[in-house]
Amino acid sequence: MTAEAHDTPTAAAALAEHQPIIVRRRLLERAWRELRRAPLSAWFGIIVILIYMFAAIFAPVIAPYSETDTLGGPYEPWSDVYLLGTDQLGHDMLSRLIYGARNTIGIAVLTTVLSFVLGGMLGLAAAVLGGWVDQILGRAVDVLMAIPVLIFALVLLSILGPGILNMILVLAVLDSTRVFRLTRAVAMSVVVLDFVEAAKLQGEKLGWIMTREVLPNILPPLVAEFGLRFCFVFLTISALSFLGLGIQPPTADWGSMVRDNATLINYGDITPLLPAGAIALLTVAVNFVVDWFLHKTSGLRE
Amino acid sequence: MNAIVSTVLKRLGLGVITLFVVSLIISLAIELLPGDFCKTQLGQAATPETVAACQRDIGLDRGPVERYVEWLGGIVQGDFGYSLAGAGSLGGSRRSVAELIGPRLLNTLFLAAVAACVAVPLALVLGLLAALYRNSLFDRIVNLVTLTSISAPEFFVAYILMLFLAVKFKVFYALANVSDDTPFLESLARIALPTLTLVLVIVAHMMRMTRAAIINLLSSPYIEMARLKGIAPRRIIVHHALPNAWAPIANVIALNLAYLVVGVVVVEVVFTYPGIGKLMVDAVAFRNMPVVNGCALIFAGTYILMNLIADIVAIVTNPRLLHPR
Repeated sequence: MTAEAHDTPTAAAALAEHQPIIVRRRLLERAWRELRRAPLSAWFGIIVILIYMFAAIFAPVIAPYSETDTLGGPYEPWSDVYLLGTDQLGHDMLSRLIYGARNTIGIAVLTTVLSFVLGGMLGLAAAVLGGWVDQILGRAVDVLMAIPVLIFALVLLSILGPGILNMILVLAVLDSTRVFRLTRAVAMSVVVLDFVEAAKLQGEKLGWIMTREVLPNILPPLVAEFGLRFCFVFLTISALSFLGLGIQPPTADWGSMVRDNATLINYGDITPLLPAGAIALLTVAVNFVVDWFLHKTSGLRE
Repeated sequence: MNAIVSTVLKRLGLGVITLFVVSLIISLAIELLPGDFCKTQLGQAATPETVAACQRDIGLDRGPVERYVEWLGGIVQGDFGYSLAGAGSLGGSRRSVAELIGPRLLNTLFLAAVAACVAVPLALVLGLLAALYRNSLFDRIVNLVTLTSISAPEFFVAYILMLFLAVKFKVFYALANVSDDTPFLESLARIALPTLTLVLVIVAHMMRMTRAAIINLLSSPYIEMARLKGIAPRRIIVHHALPNAWAPIANVIALNLAYLVVGVVVVEVVFTYPGIGKLMVDAVAFRNMPVVNGCALIFAGTYILMNLIADIVAIVTNPRLLHPR
């Protein structure tokens, strides 16, 4: 008894010291175990995403030429010097493709993050506060969602003028309405639970309740939604750039690369399809991973 | 019956209010334009008179309230204002927005209608089959293919089709340039590729939603009861499941037709089809506000109308929604 009592504090201290490590290891182990059982499509998705991330981060190292240097004549065919030929201004196609990963994905990620911060915050606030805040935000979002995103974006861009910053802001705001809807819906089922009530009675501030009490409990659906929203934003940005209203030259971007080189299609050249294919491949990959993740976190979803 | 009418009327009212607010947003957004917009737009050719005319067209010479009332009043009478194109020269070469939109709207509706006629039956049959034989090889392949075609941007699908079906094998026209006097059959042939593109994109969405709706239904207790009673599968589908499936299926159709409205924009640009989507994109590039606003209002109106129909069909065919608690 005495020996045990004597032992306990040190044992507890030792345990407390090791716990974070153990927990982390367990988390990694569990993740690895899940991954090993993941279907082929999810593996494919993860590998593709990793390759894209690698290309985006190390673009200056991998790319044979710079993204904006005019090197050869316009529309040169595939050769040893320019592996995928050159574009309409004589830039190296392969280099622009690699830099495009950085620009297009970077801008899409930034927009999605912005939209999640905005939509998530407002959604959580609407769920926690309820009452007229919820009503006003809900109606405003209803109206914004009544117009298709692409059409609304076209109107706003024609007023603000095309450009990267404008496009990011416009899309982030428009897309945040979808995030708001989901966040509010899932948060609603959490805010009625006793521990949130307890936190409210304890006098915790709104920010604390939102981020510390509710947010951790609704994270899995939000993570899955992040993947889906990213795909949507990514496709919309590509569409806008393709229409000539998004990312502007000379910045390399997949959507506008398709637009600029589209004439080559008429000569049976598949080069303009490469950036379009790059867009499609990434969205497919993200969709595969999200599919698997949803399956995992929500049990069977059908 | 009374309940149906009042619910439908309520929804209709809600739709009209939404459209009203949308028009308000579009009109108010003009306030964000920089003050010297007309001067920079017209550039060298600007004389004080043309600048004044341009400002009058956008309504920059009036306050926001007055401008909105006038704009809305005009639209109710079918007058969308005047295009800014050619505003630099004061000789009456400018065209009214309604005149610009009219024939192009018809073109777009034609394209959308043809696409819908092909896509809807195809998607329903595929969705039903995938639901019936779910988790089979067929289901998995269809699932993979549709997921891929949803993920691909429309212009990717469009250019692939163009490359293979118009350039490598000259089966279809590469460009869908039709005019008013193109004979019906020839314009059908000319829009084959844009139609095919739209069909591929829409079918994927619609098929997945149909499959989900049917599977959802097949897992309900009363279907299981019918199965346990030993009723033949075909009879279960036709007599037990289908009557309850109309609502979700109609919903799926309407939602995807609404989606068609947006998909049409990119496809029209790829195939240079003279529709309202291409008109709007060109107008945005030149910041031709009256045209942009007119097109946007028509797109938003169609979208709202489609969603409204989906809502109403869902209500009318579902007793539980008819009598909300």
